[in-house]
Order: sequence, then structure tokens, then C-alpha cells
Amino acid sequence: MPHDVVITGVGLVSSIGVGAEAHLAALTANSPEPLFDSQRHAPIIVHAAPEIDFALQIPKREQRQMELWQKLGVYGAGLALDMAGIKDNIDLCKTMDMVIAAAGGERDLDVDAEIIARVAKGQNAGEVINAVLTTELRPTLFLAQLSNLLAGNISIVHKVTGSSRTFMGEESAGISALKTSISRIRHGQSTHALVGSSFNGEDADILLNFELAALLKRDGWQPVWERSGKSGLLTGSSSAFLVVEERKHAENRGAKILASIGDVEEGRTKRDDQAASKILDVMTKAMAGIKPDLIISGASGIPAAVLLEQKVLSEFAATPVRAFSTLTGYLKEPQFIFSVALAALALSEGTSYSPFSTTEAPACSAPQTVLAQTIGAMRGEGAVMLKRA
Amino acid sequence: MSENRFFDKYGRPLIAVTGAGIVTSLGQGKEKNWARLTAGESGIHNISRFPTAGLNTRIGGTIEFMPSENNDTENVTRALAFAAADEALAECGLPAGEFGGPLFLAAPPVEMEWPQRLALAANRTIEKESTYKSLLDAARSMVPMPYYEATQFSTIANAMADRYGIMGVPITLSTACASGATAIQLGVEAIRRGETTRALAVGADGSTTAEALIRFSLLSALSTQNEHPTKASRPFSKNRSGFVMAEGAAALVLETLESATNRGAHVYGLILGCGDKADDFHRTRTSPDGGPAIAAVRAALEDAGLDETEIDYVNAHGTSTPENDKMEYLALSTVFGEAIAGIPVSSNKSMIGHTLSAAGAVEAVISLLSLQNGMLPPTINYDEPDPAIPLDVVPNTARNAAIRTVLSNSFGFGGQNTCLVLGRNPL
Repeated sequence: MPHDVVITGVGLVSSIGVGAEAHLAALTANSPEPLFDSQRHAPIIVHAAPEIDFALQIPKREQRQMELWQKLGVYGAGLALDMAGIKDNIDLCKTMDMVIAAAGGERDLDVDAEIIARVAKGQNAGEVINAVLTTELRPTLFLAQLSNLLAGNISIVHKVTGSSRTFMGEESAGISALKTSISRIRHGQSTHALVGSSFNGEDADILLNFELAALLKRDGWQPVWERSGKSGLLTGSSSAFLVVEERKHAENRGAKILASIGDVEEGRTKRDDQAASKILDVMTKAMAGIKPDLIISGASGIPAAVLLEQKVLSEFAATPVRAFSTLTGYLKEPQFIFSVALAALALSEGTSYSPFSTTEAPACSAPQTVLAQTIGAMRGEGAVMLKRA
Repeated sequence: MSENRFFDKYGRPLIAVTGAGIVTSLGQGKEKNWARLTAGESGIHNISRFPTAGLNTRIGGTIEFMPSENNDTENVTRALAFAAADEALAECGLPAGEFGGPLFLAAPPVEMEWPQRLALAANRTIEKESTYKSLLDAARSMVPMPYYEATQFSTIANAMADRYGIMGVPITLSTACASGATAIQLGVEAIRRGETTRALAVGADGSTTAEALIRFSLLSALSTQNEHPTKASRPFSKNRSGFVMAEGAAALVLETLESATNRGAHVYGLILGCGDKADDFHRTRTSPDGGPAIAAVRAALEDAGLDETEIDYVNAHGTSTPENDKMEYLALSTVFGEAIAGIPVSSNKSMIGHTLSAAGAVEAVISLLSLQNGMLPPTINYDEPDPAIPLDVVPNTARNAAIRTVLSNSFGFGGQNTCLVLGRNPL
């Protein structure tokens, strides 16, 4: 008999705030406003991380080993564990499974600049690279770069050690991380798991990856639904973590259940004429015969993907939709988990949030069912249905 | 009606390996690798793919005999992953391009590398203070855009999924040097959940670049025995001084024994159990008491339904770093007690180097070949035993041994510990 899976903890950080309460407050306010930095990388806009007292979750000495990506992740993981009542419970942490979605960490931009400057002066590239990296790189920076070291840091700081796996691969990494964690609990391979991801959306080298395909929007802020042309991403630093748990396991320890969660459906639809109907299939399968009261959309802002999503959503014209990237920016690996976290909070707090932009319809009733979905900027789709606990 | 011989003692489907592919610095394919492994040969050499002048370590198990579009991590890893998977899938007897099960790919992180970074900077006047602003503008104006896909972590797995007819969304994963074992574990778990009757597990790593060598060097992890490359990797020896970075790939077709038997497929062996446990002690060092490694070994044994008297051979992680080999001995001697003295424990890394993300898969394939051929590859370069590690390391020469079970260990930075138990079919 498959087990019921529930969410008992949410940890969120984005430009609009730190923690679930801050997000709820910002997103239920009249006309939520985006916060972004248009100076640092002008004309590129970034939704930079808010001010965070990392020491609330990460000892100072551990912080020194991390750059922003890992600090955001370890912080968000701590928030989710706190809410679930698992933080500092050694027995629960050491049996807790963990799946993290991650890319790589930050580079030392000054060292890169030094190499580029010397090569520009005509020095031999191979020799310069070898010499400058050998003498200038901080030895421990590598550990802030390795993809699996976000998970490693969470083990060190929060003592989550049941198992530790890191999935890589843009939005799909987050989708698969949650799908796998839920499937394992559903089939008795796990009882409780930490699933999450974080992203540094304000680092010049990380921005550079997007600009290799001219994906960054360079002409000012707009809601995701209104972006046009080819480029459409405004990146956002973020952290999104969930504690997912077998219902009985949660009930037996008296945990507050935020929402129950179905199976994650996913796809990697070729973005052609058939894409909308194939993505609709993914969503329909996730809905399992129930029309959701609210859809939390992870629309990225890439105009082609947004158009596709609008086409799919036109099948659910009466259902209010909230696309958080309008306010938080595009979060890459955390995108899907962030949408699931907002869906869980909508159910536990009985809110459908304020419209995040003028094209989104208001909704006042407390939702009973919420669909969380993500149609990746370039590839990958995921959807999952959440219900009131 | 399913027969009992198709299920383990927990009532779960037994999982067979019906296809196996491998590429290492010793060569491409099982035949070549097995011949050279059992001859005790080393694949470690002076690196010639990129300039090594000024580097502390100038040797490695780079794979320079296979063509790839260029030498960046994404391209080399892709070429290796496809080569191993092609071999595994060609022999498994399933129709080409219609695999129909999930893919789990253990692969290194990717990022834009120096040739591309320098190409972006070329022909531009760049002020040092605004280097990255210039690079952003250069990237923006670059037409066409050749580098983007190589910086995406899902690129290789998606290309494999297209070619092989993979079910669902492929998973690319990293648990550092345990990644290959984790890919197999994820496949085993998916089959046990009943989501599929088969899965493709691949570990591939083509990440030996100058920058990667330097990063590991700065952590004092690498051997600097540049004068004698073939002697540099010396697991369990007293004078071991670090690991040798290497490239490679391996692929395993995992399938329920019932499905494999019903379609008459060749079975290389069984994946009997998997166990993992994370360490919270330190980013690169393991808990001094070996607790997490011990727990991972025990979890794998329990998952396999075996006790510590039932392991015939250990395919060690055996990296040749002072720390790993000592810790691995501590873990093995704790789990197996005095009996460890009588269990052969050898390290393939003495010959092929450390293939990082691929290692767990590479060593699983070699473990299967050991089961099938009744022969144990040696630990070479074992001239000066470490008295603190009194193991039977199968020193220097391969040994005939009709083993029934193998424990294969993988440990990685970030507190990753994953162990597999493989077995002969029938056990």
C-alpha cells in the first residue's frame, strides 16, 4: 500500500524576503512589489539576495568556507528543518534522507581577471593559467564550487546524514529531486527527507552562462507574462527547501502538516508545435482528475516558454495563476521546489496570494488544492498537486 | 507466476546486470581493460593534452586515444559516456534506441572553461576592473553561440536519452567520488519501487583540465610522483602520497533477473545491495572513528541480506591518499573483524587512477568481471606495505579466486559514502 506523503517544513529565501512568514506577508500584500538591483550589472537587472544574518543558521567559522550559493542553501535548509521541528533532533537528522538540486559554485573573479589581463598582454595562455591559478586560488575555494558540497555543508551544519545525493541539470534537477524523494517515501524506502536547492543569481560569472545564449533581459523589469522578444530572464538569488515526510511518521511525532503532496509528473518536451499538448498531459496527470483552486507557476520569463505556458494555462482559464518569478526573478534549480513551497504555504495559511502582476486574476477563497508547476526556460517540465492536510 | 529465484529474501526483485561497458586509461571495452587489469598494467602517463609546465602534478589517467570535439570537460565526458553506454547497450539484447527505462548519469560539474573564456576576451580591450562586464557584453554579441550547451548540466544526459530511447527525464547526479555507485543505487531503487524493469546507470568523467588538477593539488590530494607515472598510484603502500586523477566511464544495464531470464539475456552478475551514509565531520576529511563509512558498508550488507562472513572480495575505494586508505582499513576491519585478514581487498585505482565521478561505476563493472572470470585484479605498486594496513591487497599480481560476492566501496568529498554488494548468478 503506497504511503501518503506530506510536507512539514518549508524554507525560503528570495529577494522579497527571508523565511516563510516574510514571503507570506509580501505575497499577500496589496500589489506585491518586486525588489531588484539595476545598478550592479547594468543594464542587467538581478533580484539580489536580501540582507541575511547567516549566523542565525550557520556558525561564522563554517560561513568562511562557503560562498553565497552554499550559504543560501544551508540557511534555507535550516529554516525548513526548524519549521518541521527536526532541527537539532539528532535522531531524526541522522536518519533523514537528503536530495539537493545544484549546479556549481562561484569562481574567484579577480583571479580570472588577472589571467585574462596577462593573456591580453601577450603572455602564453597555458603558462599564465597554470601559474596564476596555482599561486592565487584560495585552496578551499574548490569546496565552495563542487556541486555536492551544498549537501556536504548541510550535513556538517545541520547534521542531516541519513543519505546525501545531489542532482544536477537546471530546472529538471529540482523536479527530479522532489519526484525521487516522494517516490522513495511513497514506497517505504524512506520516511523523511530534506529536498532543496539554492542559486546565486547575482554573480557575474553565473550570469555569463545565461548570456552565452543571450537569455538575460536587458531592457528593464516587467512581469514575466508581459515579456517579449528572445531574452527574458531576470535572475534571482534564492533558496527553497522542503521537508517531505510519510504522513504517519509526521503524525506520530506530532508535527504540523502543511499539505499533502501527490506524485511529481515530469517531462522533457521538445519545444515544437506539439509541446503545449504534451505539457498539458503532464499537468493533467499530476491533477489526477481534480481541478486545482490555484496554480503556482514557475514561469521563467523566457518569452517562448511563457507563450507556451499561456497556451497550456488557457485550458484552465477559470483557475487563478501566480507566477512568482515576476517578483523573485528566475531561480533555475530551485524553481520547482520554490513553487511547491508556495503551494504548501497557500494551503496551510488558506490564501491564494495577491495577484503578482496585473494580468493575474484575484482570488479570495482559501484553496483546497494547488497545482505547482514549472515549465523550464529551455527544457524540462514538472507538475505536482498539493492538497489541504 | 513469478518464481522465488527471482526475488531476494526481502521479497524484492533480484537485479541483474545484462550489459556492461567500460573505458579507462587502459583502453576501451571490457576485453582490453580486463586483459590489462589482470596483467597488472598501469594506464597512468604524462599528460599531453594541455600544457603542464609549472604544475605540481603533471601525470594522470587522461584518455587521449578517443576523439572528442574539443578537450573541455563536457565534450570528453560526453564521448566517454556514450562509448561506455554503447558497449553496454549493444550487448544487452534490447532493440537499439528503445531502451525504455530511466537513465542515471554520474558526471562531473561543468562550467565554461579557459579556452572559451579567453576566446570571449580576445579582440576586446578589457579593463581589469570590469573584466566580467566585458565578458558579458562579448557573450551577448557572440553569433552564433557555441558555448552555451556545454555549460548546461543536463546536456549530456539529454543527448543520451534521445539516442537510447530513455524513459522519462534522465537524472544527472553527483556524490563526488561516490557518484558512479550512487547512479547504480538510484537505478536499483527505481526497479525495486516497480517503476521500471530496467535502468541504465552510467558514470563518466572527463574533467582532467589544468584548472581541475590545480584545484585538487591545492587541497594536497594528488600524487606528485611525476618522474614515474606508472608508479604514482600506490594504494595501501606506506609511501602512498595522493591519488592520480584519471578519466573514464562505465555503464551498466540493470534489469530484474526475471526479465533478463525470460528474454534469455546474458547475466554478468547481480547487484545484491546498496548502502549509503553521509558524514558530518568535515568537507574533505572523514570522521576519525570511520563511523559513516562503517555504516555505509553495513547498510549495503544488510540491504543485500548478507552478513560479514559472506563477502569473498572487496573492490576497495583505495585512492592512494594517506587518509582514505587508512580510513578504509579502519572501516573494513571494524565491520569484518579479524576475518578481514583473510578477505582479498584490491584497488583498481593502482592501475587506472581515480576516475572520480565514474569510479563507482567503473569499479562495479570490474567487480562483475572478477565474479564472472573468477579472477582478482591486483593492487600494483605494492612494494612497501603499510604496516598500519595489514590487508591482503592482492599485491602486484592477479589471482585466481572463485568468488561469489564482492563489496565495492566508494567514498567522496562532502561526506559521501556509498557501498555496493555484487554477486554471482546464481549466487
